[in-house]
Amino acid sequence: MRATQLVNILLLTELVRAFGLTMRYFFSPKPTINYPFEKGHASPRFRGEHALRRYPNGEERCIACKLCEAICPAQAITIEAGPRQNDGTRRTTRYDIDMVKCIYCGFCQEACPVDAIVEGPNFEFATETREELYFSKEKLLANGDRWEREIAANLSADAPYR
Amino acid sequence: MTLPLFFFYLFAIIAVGSAFMVISAKNPVHAVLFLILTFFNASGLFMLAGAEFLALILIVVYVGAVAVLFLFVVMMLDVDFASLRQGFLQHAPIGVVVGIIFLLELLMVAGSFVVSPEVTSAAVLPMDGVDNIRAIGQVLYTRYVFLFQSAAAVLLVAMIGAIVLTLRHKSNVKRQDPIKQVGRRPSETLEVVKVKSGQGL
Amino acid sequence: MDFILAALDYLLGIPVLGWGMQVGFVYKALLLLVSLLVFTAFILLAERKIWAAVQMRRGPNVVGPFGLLQSFADLIKFALKEPIIPGGADKILFLLAPLLTATLALTGWVVVPLEPGLAIADINLGILYLLAISSLGVYGVIIGGWASNSKYPFLGSLRAAAQMVSYEVSIGLVIITVLLCVGSLNLSDIVTAQQEMGLANMIGLPQLTFLNWFWLPLFPMFVIFYISALAETNRPPFDFAEGESELVAGFMTEYSATPYMLFMLGEYISILLMCAMITILFLGGWTSPIDLLPFIWIPGVVWFVVKLSLVFFMFAMAKTIVPRYRYDQLMRIGWKLFLPLSFGMVIIVAFVLQLTGCGWHGGMA
Repeated sequence: MRATQLVNILLLTELVRAFGLTMRYFFSPKPTINYPFEKGHASPRFRGEHALRRYPNGEERCIACKLCEAICPAQAITIEAGPRQNDGTRRTTRYDIDMVKCIYCGFCQEACPVDAIVEGPNFEFATETREELYFSKEKLLANGDRWEREIAANLSADAPYR
Repeated sequence: MTLPLFFFYLFAIIAVGSAFMVISAKNPVHAVLFLILTFFNASGLFMLAGAEFLALILIVVYVGAVAVLFLFVVMMLDVDFASLRQGFLQHAPIGVVVGIIFLLELLMVAGSFVVSPEVTSAAVLPMDGVDNIRAIGQVLYTRYVFLFQSAAAVLLVAMIGAIVLTLRHKSNVKRQDPIKQVGRRPSETLEVVKVKSGQGL
Repeated sequence: MDFILAALDYLLGIPVLGWGMQVGFVYKALLLLVSLLVFTAFILLAERKIWAAVQMRRGPNVVGPFGLLQSFADLIKFALKEPIIPGGADKILFLLAPLLTATLALTGWVVVPLEPGLAIADINLGILYLLAISSLGVYGVIIGGWASNSKYPFLGSLRAAAQMVSYEVSIGLVIITVLLCVGSLNLSDIVTAQQEMGLANMIGLPQLTFLNWFWLPLFPMFVIFYISALAETNRPPFDFAEGESELVAGFMTEYSATPYMLFMLGEYISILLMCAMITILFLGGWTSPIDLLPFIWIPGVVWFVVKLSLVFFMFAMAKTIVPRYRYDQLMRIGWKLFLPLSFGMVIIVAFVLQLTGCGWHGGMA
């Protein structure tokens, strides 16, 4: 053991230096985002909660082509289709997404020819029961109505790169 | 009944009861815990008798250290109770004999107070107006200094003996010296060698 | 009947026999208990904030202004959860262990003098009593680990037992060095001795009381006591009894809800007790650091709490500074480094005191 080492041990220099280092971090500005009150930036391509969109005149976009159902790797989407009573157009009678199965890959919105099913920017849809995560057509359409402005803005922001 | 008397009976009853539980408890860990309770009440009795130092030392040494190690060992035992019970009747006579001898001795100690009352006068504190710890110190380091020191030496020998019995130095075992490890410098342990291609070292 | 009346007078302060001795013991104890628990609640929050700050986080800041009420929210949550008792556990001991830990930690505070004369029981052997109480703290851990009937808690309690018993030895020796200087085991006397003798008085500047305190002349002991106190209370870097990365949560693995809270509470109160011990033994208890006008207006309790908080700050910083030790190295430090060091220091201090005639001698010659 050398003399310097002995002095270092006796005077606890390592501890003092470590204390200085930690105190420097102690007073440094905190990078943490204060989450529920501030949120981080999300890309326009962010794939969050699903939504079914409508045309501006209120007509639902989905034409029940079942491409999304076909491509879904987790087989989370279930669609039943039939002609609508008043005008006979082909529409979905049932459009369910099992959000417990969904892996948020975004294939459904890639497959959709009419931009009907999209993954919106919302990620705060945690629920207390599993049942609430089985999204029905009504729920998805309601999501679309609620998030239409953000979804439209995101789609147009991303459009030049597609 | 005065307050000290009440506490004396309280401590005494719990002490005797838990001492009984020590030998009758089925689980050895419970037995040790009852033993600790007995220690506690004994120290309470010391406290009532005015021997605060002894009371606290009893807790520090016996409860805080010795009984912890007891518990430590007993917890790790895997005792088969059925096999322990088997030899009970064979060993019972020895236990009874030891018990009777112990009881007789206790009676002799207690009886001495009745036979010769002057014994009690010898048991009072040697000094008045001096607190407990000072009194013990003054007696221990003057009158009983040789006994005290030889008791310490006996304990030291016992400790060294225990260490010697278990200490084995194996030559092929690598031992760690943290001070040496921490004090290492790259210049002492590392050597940078420039190796020419095709030559090796 | 007489003793019931005496007890009534002593405990509740009802002067039945006309000798109204004092403020009832129960009231004082309750006041201490409540203020201690509230202080612990804020100390818990402070610790989380300190760790967060060092790791450049914000820490709890949602419940109440600056998160001040976080501990109370935690309390409510702990109290409302369901306590789970594992199958095959020793039910009585399992529930007794956290109670034991919390009660013992609280019991120690009875003798701590917050100001001259402001201790519930200013007993003669105060420091020995504190040592006894802190040596009993290990039982809660051992019993809890054994009664859980599970492997990790058991391993945690085994480690705790060996660790706490080893570090008690060096703590005892450190206390002895202080006692040699003071000549009394009374906690108030220890503080008074630090006022009336010491370096500041020697160099003729009695106003600089902080030079009088024992941390300066007994600095190595101060450091040893601080580190041993960390080990004794199972604090990081010596938290092997719970070592998250090795033993899940050690002896607390099977605990939940209120029993778990009692364990945590007991642990933190005994940490505070250790901080109080350091404050009393080495940092001059209630005395103000500088014996001049603006400082001596501040009451002693405030100084005591300030010093206590400072020591606790160092306890919390130890977790952020130092990584966890290896178990055999902990034992090595305890037995091979601290024990000889503190033992040698006892002998040196005794020699110096005998030769120079310094020391306070409990006010006697």
